Amino acid sequence: MMPPTASPPGNPPASASPGAEARPPVVDIRGLWSVFHKAGTDTVVHKDLDLTVRQGEFLSIVGGSGSGKTVLLRQILGLQTPTRGNVTVLGKPAAVLGTQGAASRVGMLFQHGALYSAFTVLENIAFSLRELKCLPEALIRDAALLKLQMVGLDVKHAHKMPAELSGGMIKRVALARALIMDPPLLLLDEPTAGLDPESADAFCNLLRSLHHELGLTVVMVTHDLDTLFELSTRVAVVADQRIIVNAPPREVIAFPHPFIHEYFLGERGQRAMELLREYPFTV
Amino acid sequence: MEESTPRLIRDTASDGPCLRVLGRWTAAQLTLPGVWNTVETSLAGLPAEAGVRWDLRDVQRLDHLGAQALWNHWGRRWPERLETQPEQRAMLERVARFSVPPPTLRRRTLWERFLSLGELVFKVTDHAQDLLRLIGQLLLDLVRLARAPGEGPWRDFTGHIYQIGATALPITALVGFLIGVVLAYLTAQQLRLFGAEIFIVNILGLSLIRELGPVLAAVLIAGRSGSAITAQIGVMRVTEELDAMRVMGIPQGFRLVMPRAMAMAIAMPLISLWTTVAALVGGMLAADLVLGITPSYFINNLPRAVMVSNLWLATGKTAVFGLLIALIGCHYGLRVKPNTESLGQGTTASVVTSITVVILVDALFAVVFKNIGI
Repeated sequence: MMPPTASPPGNPPASASPGAEARPPVVDIRGLWSVFHKAGTDTVVHKDLDLTVRQGEFLSIVGGSGSGKTVLLRQILGLQTPTRGNVTVLGKPAAVLGTQGAASRVGMLFQHGALYSAFTVLENIAFSLRELKCLPEALIRDAALLKLQMVGLDVKHAHKMPAELSGGMIKRVALARALIMDPPLLLLDEPTAGLDPESADAFCNLLRSLHHELGLTVVMVTHDLDTLFELSTRVAVVADQRIIVNAPPREVIAFPHPFIHEYFLGERGQRAMELLREYPFTV
Repeated sequence: MEESTPRLIRDTASDGPCLRVLGRWTAAQLTLPGVWNTVETSLAGLPAEAGVRWDLRDVQRLDHLGAQALWNHWGRRWPERLETQPEQRAMLERVARFSVPPPTLRRRTLWERFLSLGELVFKVTDHAQDLLRLIGQLLLDLVRLARAPGEGPWRDFTGHIYQIGATALPITALVGFLIGVVLAYLTAQQLRLFGAEIFIVNILGLSLIRELGPVLAAVLIAGRSGSAITAQIGVMRVTEELDAMRVMGIPQGFRLVMPRAMAMAIAMPLISLWTTVAALVGGMLAADLVLGITPSYFINNLPRAVMVSNLWLATGKTAVFGLLIALIGCHYGLRVKPNTESLGQGTTASVVTSITVVILVDALFAVVFKNIGI
């Protein structure tokens, strides 16, 4: 059964911002502790961390290196079990997310694409659908070709192997693969890392339009401030082993905390801030 | 039937027949067990009537897969009369815009397949050339090492000796011991028929020291360390470490191939000796148990039965085996392409080739040295 969080028919895609608090949570993290044991010492990465992502949000998680952003993403996916605390995704514990049909619940764009190198582009995209072994081959192929073109790739690339693709194309194919079953939740790990500015811009536009058109809930980890300000409807800042603030970008910048001051109002931050005047956060 | 199951209902309204699409037409629903079959049957069972009205307004949710299924059913064009919600129409329009015939994958013609037989020859010569170049490079590197022994990669060398040699001791001893026991039991049965029990020393001594010990050890090491060499170098290709070495001007032959080849050429005879001793101990034990030939008799008669030249032959042979296993491992490792599939293929090919080559070369040795030590 589909969880009850996907938008009911008739609702406009999650573009309207008013009444955001009333929307159901897609990801709910309560009292999360992440402790790593190494060489006899315990490293506490997260300490009593709470985070709620509501339907239709485009949430960016930012934080310093080693603050546990990717760990958080992996815990949402159920790839890593937290030391303590609960992670609920689409109304179910994250640990049971990875069962059959998981691709229809959550899509993940890994930092380096994680394409299956033994498969062609089209086979990669169609893989999760084909593995369910209940749809006819023609429909699966059409669905995969549709997603391939939706992410802005030409059909002539369909039979290429991942080793023949450029970095930007790998990201696009990985995104198409994540979206094949139209999951309501999409997780992105550094979506624009390793892309040239032009590809990064194109990829940002693609993500924005997909978020807008499909009414997806997106959780993104990024270090790229341009991407962050262009796309996010909310920003969650991880510092001091917890989420210090989770709010729309403007409010986050105004939040008094030394980390935020350094991160956003440093030299690089100032440049990216110019974008704030250009993009009025209506996505 | 549940509310969310995708389905069709045919109504007859005042303005003609109407097909109402109901339920959730999503990937998650359509891929539930049995759902697609029902949907397909009901779609196929629709009578082909002109002017039928499609009503999608009561669909709970329509995603790309559901839209694609309907679009394909409509024969990839808009039905004459269609009523939808705006966002359903947007979904269908996107599907319509991107519905293209798939690019055809060109199949090879018979003539091209015939020509690919010739490609096989080129592939073999390519491998042979690469291997030859590797051997030549190894010789040059050895000359360079002889000129300046202090600058050699000695840490790598000792590390490989440990990895290839020392860590292989338990498994080779176990396999050798068991083979010795099996061989002794089998021959003992036959020798007893002729009353020639004491010749077990000759048979075991000669076969184990000259042939079985070296080949057994070489096959084990090829499977164990040959594959490891290919995988190590192959992973370095996948992670671009080989390119990094080249950029830094560090010669691959000198740092990767030579230490492995040298370590293998030295460790292999030692491992072979060790395996032979373990096999002889096993055989000796079995001979004592089955035929009553005491270990002291066995040990005293062994030098008389087997000439020392056999030991030299075995040592020389296994040094060549080791060198070949290392070179073949490096050869396939360096040919790995930067993807995981190629890594797997390279490792398999490396092990198969090195075991085959070991047996081939062993046969060669047997023919060339047939007059020595027997």
